[in-house]
Amino acid sequence: MKLFSMSVKNIQKSIKDYTIYFLTLILGVAIFYIFNSLDSQEAMLVVSSSTREIIKLMLSMIQFVSIFVALILGFLIVYANNFLIKRRKKEFGLYMTLGMGKRQISGILLGETFLIGLLSLGVGLVIGIFGSQLMSILVAKLFEADMSEYQFVFSEAACVKTCLYFGVMYAAVMVFNVVIISRYKLIDLLSAAKKNEKVKIKNPVICVLVFLVAAVTLGYAYYLVTAGIQKLDTIDKLGIPIIMGVASTFFIFWSVSGLALKLVQMKKSTYLKGANLFVLRQIHNRINTTVLSMTIICLLLFMTISVLSSALSLNHVLTEDMEKLTPVDINLYKDADLPDDGAYSESQIQDSRKSVSETLEENGLNMKLLTDVEEVTTYKTEDWTWEDSLRSILDSAKEQFPMLRYNTAEELIKISDYNRIARLYGMKEYELEDDEYIVLCNFNNMVNLRNQALKNGNEIPFGGKVYHAKYTECQEGYLLISSSHTNTGAMIVPDQSVFSENVKEYQHYLMANYNAENQAEKKEIEQIFVNEGESELLDNLNKNQIELNGLTKISVIESSKGVATIITFIAIYLGITFLIASSAILALKELTENSDNRQRYTILRKIGMDEKMIDQALFKQIGIFFIVPLLLAILHSVFGIQFALKLISVQVAVREMLPSVIATAVFLVLVYGGYFFATYIGSKNIIKE
Amino acid sequence: MEHVLEVKEIEKYYGNKSNLTKAIDHISFSVDEGEFVGIMGASGSGKTTLLNCISTIDKVTAGHIMINGMDITRLKGNALNQFRREELGFIFQDFNLLDTLTAYENVALALTIQNVKPSEIDKRVRQIAGRLGITDILGKYPYQVSGGQKQRIAAARAIVTNPKLILADEPTGALDSRSARQLLENMEVLNQTMNATILMVTHDAFTASYADRILLIKDGKLFNELMKGGESRQEFFEKIIDVVTLLGGELNEII
Repeated sequence: MKLFSMSVKNIQKSIKDYTIYFLTLILGVAIFYIFNSLDSQEAMLVVSSSTREIIKLMLSMIQFVSIFVALILGFLIVYANNFLIKRRKKEFGLYMTLGMGKRQISGILLGETFLIGLLSLGVGLVIGIFGSQLMSILVAKLFEADMSEYQFVFSEAACVKTCLYFGVMYAAVMVFNVVIISRYKLIDLLSAAKKNEKVKIKNPVICVLVFLVAAVTLGYAYYLVTAGIQKLDTIDKLGIPIIMGVASTFFIFWSVSGLALKLVQMKKSTYLKGANLFVLRQIHNRINTTVLSMTIICLLLFMTISVLSSALSLNHVLTEDMEKLTPVDINLYKDADLPDDGAYSESQIQDSRKSVSETLEENGLNMKLLTDVEEVTTYKTEDWTWEDSLRSILDSAKEQFPMLRYNTAEELIKISDYNRIARLYGMKEYELEDDEYIVLCNFNNMVNLRNQALKNGNEIPFGGKVYHAKYTECQEGYLLISSSHTNTGAMIVPDQSVFSENVKEYQHYLMANYNAENQAEKKEIEQIFVNEGESELLDNLNKNQIELNGLTKISVIESSKGVATIITFIAIYLGITFLIASSAILALKELTENSDNRQRYTILRKIGMDEKMIDQALFKQIGIFFIVPLLLAILHSVFGIQFALKLISVQVAVREMLPSVIATAVFLVLVYGGYFFATYIGSKNIIKE
Repeated sequence: MEHVLEVKEIEKYYGNKSNLTKAIDHISFSVDEGEFVGIMGASGSGKTTLLNCISTIDKVTAGHIMINGMDITRLKGNALNQFRREELGFIFQDFNLLDTLTAYENVALALTIQNVKPSEIDKRVRQIAGRLGITDILGKYPYQVSGGQKQRIAAARAIVTNPKLILADEPTGALDSRSARQLLENMEVLNQTMNATILMVTHDAFTASYADRILLIKDGKLFNELMKGGESRQEFFEKIIDVVTLLGGELNEII
């Protein structure tokens, strides 16, 4: 009990120094709870079934991500604890000279960790529970759920999970502490008190060399992930630029302070001005001992920035494209001209020769529910496959995309049919000579491939004629509505060409709008096409074994929005975690170092430095420590974001990235800036004493 | 000649009405330009409090302290800092050098915070370093040099700003006898060739013997005054010992 009261006193004593640590723990607990409590939120119970599916997916992803988040937070806690303990060597030495055993010291630490854990868990959960109320409003808004009957939400499962995860983390800290204490020798503890501040002097020439090598390596890594991306054709090669990036980050921090010191020293007017030389030395001295943490902080910040801005951009793209890519309410299509080879029944074969509208009418749909109906049939021929289209670059294509099925027949559409669709969709209409064709494609990777082939002037012979590409580039366009650019290719050909030999019917399409006045009526009509079990049409199609595929604007938008929301949630979850972890490490390091350096500020005061000048010096010093890793992280992100977007093959214009980058910046400034100011104020108080 | 330092009837009390400690009890004295004055006293006699009051680190309860004709007991806030920065130089017992700065930077810092021109800073630092014989170690960090060298760096920092008054608080307290002698000789140089006015607090008779005049303080009161006059340092040292022995009591213990 005596030991425990010492624990309590120790915490009371140090709570001022470690406010930021406590706050971060509390924040971590709260965020963990909020994101894990999503499942029991009121909003989840009132959303539509398809949305519920999406939310289920989101929850399982959050569960998975939570493990990762727990690892990051665990690392933060163990790391922070580790260097807070190291700073107390003198205190432990004193305990031991007074006759206290290691076991008792461990006991004190155990008590402290237990109390801190209990406190942060308790407060964090309370904040989390209230925070999740806000979250549920946000979720409801995102998923357009009806929240007229608001209820207070408490998730028992999330609460238990939070306690469990953080309990394990604190237990790990306790084990760590016991191990650390058992390793200490009394003599080291006592001599730690009068620690000899040795300034490791690095050879400036070596600093410059290391810096240059690191910068070049980093440049090459940047090149690899952007312009030289073709070199990264297999997944295991992705590690190369990452390892290069991490290593060069480390060495840049290792060398930059020596380099900067030399540079500033050469510029006497800056060097010998006010407290500058003190600030410079302070940074030079400290960055030596903080290279590793700076690297970690920089990488965490980099992840925050790239995760947030790529996810938000993706969200933007997904929701932006949606409107452009869904010009009509419904697309229906089915295979045409099924072969009579025993795989299909007689009635299926019969139906495959009919248009979509005929099928719909025969199965009981009132065609008056649809308006602006256009129907087309597409064709295919064995004489024109992807292999033929890509003939001139086939080898390199196969190397880059070995998984593509190159013997797939190209889909052909008559120019007159296409122009009808284009008119309905509001797309560009075309004209063709007798021996010309146009490639219609908007899926990024395929566009690249096809463009290369088109540049080589691909000529396609079929049906006794040779066809030339009218344009040397793919034309933007599509037959089916979708949530993103997914058209891998359709060939617009002259009308008469499809009557050549060897050309068969491929697919029947129907494009139409719902005949409705408003959104509510549209939703009602939509039910006929999506609500299995309550739709006569769907029952009949099932009964007749007719496979009719379709896409509706409403469902496309709903799922797309869902995916966008999932990505945003996960990104914010990860982003916050990375950000508070890195900010907290940096803040703690600064605070403890400044508390160690109290003596230096006393000296400054003694030689007559103004309080104002001292504060400025402190501000500059902390500012530089916060800015430097951030700058490098931003530089990393510029390339990292491009890489991430390329990996998921999304093309985002710089202009489109801007809002998400701004959002990320605001977020960063709030959290990181908040930690910065807290550190500055805290340090100011520390050095005042 | 005008006094550089004039202490008029100062008092410094600690505690409250029921339990009052008079750390300084009506002390008056003055120091002229170019004088090297020592203040001696046992620990607890109030000599450090006196120095703190003069150095504007502490405030007097009553009385006035005039430095170069300015009443520093009336100064406040930044004016006080500015005054301390520009008119006073300090030599501390534990050197108070910044361990992250080189010797050169430690000396230069005293000038940079006065916003002296960079070109002049360099000139002045090298000039002082030459006089104090620390030119060779200017590029070194405090941990790389001996205690005596550290103290000389501190002395250089104190004098480089051309202060009206240099205050030294137990300057030899942390030095071995050889280094102590070196430092004191350096202070003599500052005093004699650069005409620096020095006020030094010490409890050590040997250290005190380098001064021109010694003020003895006991229980917060000015107790005795010794003048070196034309005597050699050795003779003055013996005189101090004699007085201290004569006085007996606490002061004796500290020699």
